[in-house]
Amino acid sequence: MRLSRYGIVPKLKRRKIQEAIASGKRMDGRGLEDLREIVIKTGVLEKAEGSAEVHLGSTWVLVGVKIKVGEPFEDTPNEGVLICNAEFVPIASPAFEPGPPDENSIELARVVDRGLRSAEVVDFAKLSLISGEKVYVIHVDLYILNYDGNLIDASAIAAIAAMRNAMKPVYEVKDGETVLTEKKEQLEVRGTPVAVTMVKIGDSIIVDPSADEEEVMDARLTMTVDDDGKICAIQKRGSEGLSLDEIKKSINLAIEKAPEIRSKVTGSG
Amino acid sequence: MSPKPKKKKKEWKRVDDREWNELRPIKIESGVLPNADGSAYIEMGKNKVIVGVFGPKEMHPKHLAKPHMAVLRCRYHMAPFSTDPRRSPAPSRRDTEISMVMRHALEPAIFLERYPRSAIEVYAEVLEADGGTRCASLNAASVALVDAGIPMSDLVVSCAAGKYDGRLILDLGDYEDKMGEADVPVGYMPKLGKITLLQMDGILSPEELEQCISLAMEGCEKIYELQRESLKKKYGTEKEEK
Repeated sequence: MRLSRYGIVPKLKRRKIQEAIASGKRMDGRGLEDLREIVIKTGVLEKAEGSAEVHLGSTWVLVGVKIKVGEPFEDTPNEGVLICNAEFVPIASPAFEPGPPDENSIELARVVDRGLRSAEVVDFAKLSLISGEKVYVIHVDLYILNYDGNLIDASAIAAIAAMRNAMKPVYEVKDGETVLTEKKEQLEVRGTPVAVTMVKIGDSIIVDPSADEEEVMDARLTMTVDDDGKICAIQKRGSEGLSLDEIKKSINLAIEKAPEIRSKVTGSG
Repeated sequence: MSPKPKKKKKEWKRVDDREWNELRPIKIESGVLPNADGSAYIEMGKNKVIVGVFGPKEMHPKHLAKPHMAVLRCRYHMAPFSTDPRRSPAPSRRDTEISMVMRHALEPAIFLERYPRSAIEVYAEVLEADGGTRCASLNAASVALVDAGIPMSDLVVSCAAGKYDGRLILDLGDYEDKMGEADVPVGYMPKLGKITLLQMDGILSPEELEQCISLAMEGCEKIYELQRESLKKKYGTEKEEK
């Protein structure tokens, strides 16, 4: 690693973190492959059709799922719509500034979206009301309230937990119009894909990075794993490359860690 | 577990009659833009991408400059006429994400620390898209960076592998990408053996994923030769490496 790529403070921080990792421990006392504590609360919002709040260590994400009727995309006239959006609100970190979504928040939303979509958590064909005109639109809004690293895993947990918790308002089609009824029904959600993010620092790969670890990492790799232990989304970032062996190790790590995270989600109701 | 691709079975053909491990025809040309410091044009099947590189140059705005290294800026952009239907020329969320992963894919190869306080800009314009534009853009960007004389430890080569109709295939076309089960774009530095870009959508078992990555790396090795050819063509005989 070319250390000259870092400023002086991150360089010292990196040295400290690397020393800790070399001894098999991390700065917060965790082992290299340990996750932080995950606390999930669902149904925390009244106005949203589904909601969940996730604490991953001190990373804190709130997700609201809103379901309404809207127009389908042109190329899929008979399918419902799923839209993920992430807001890095300025209260979450002194490094976050108000303004339109930057590449980090776009990446976060798109990686969470990719996991949900590839695992086919909703049957889009069942969300069509009037072909080419009216379909159910599911908005998944990721709201970052405190940043301490690994936003992807925390957000993916919160997104799927909120969707599992969501009640869909029932619309009826009358004379070519959609009419909102009093009824609500559970949004049908199939499977629980979970993201596992790992970072490479020096020669080590660690799971669930903190903000400090992300600051000094060489590369980051996220693997989303579905219920069958298959991979349904990958995202690599960071300005260093990874060897094939490191990627193979990460695949195995992700598959090993995913059930632990999934059990938290399914246990949260 | 889905079956591995079968080499011997001749009757199964891809939508464009390619073999499972066959790349689309590739044409790379370096130094195509007179005003850019470095440039390259690539055709990868029906994809057409032109890349211009500017820099190292002064960083604007100055407060974004890094005191100890150059900042790499990448913009991936699709022309309004590159797809059917016309797309808005405003950058989409997809464009923003691809610009970012391209930057992360190229950064490991460039000696950025040699140019403190400067900026190096890479602009990839997709003129025509047919699946695999981020890979094509990266392949052209590497060549354009060399053309600009920017010191690099290796070329970054990129190629996708994926799964279509139950089989693992190399270099997915647009139809195979949209209708297939999975798409795994890989960016790779062959000489250093490092993977600098890795993304996936779709569903693959861990074994299939590993096979896809290896398959894409094999594709990259072939494209690597074409990149070098394109540079040799412009800059004459390449000196043998030690």
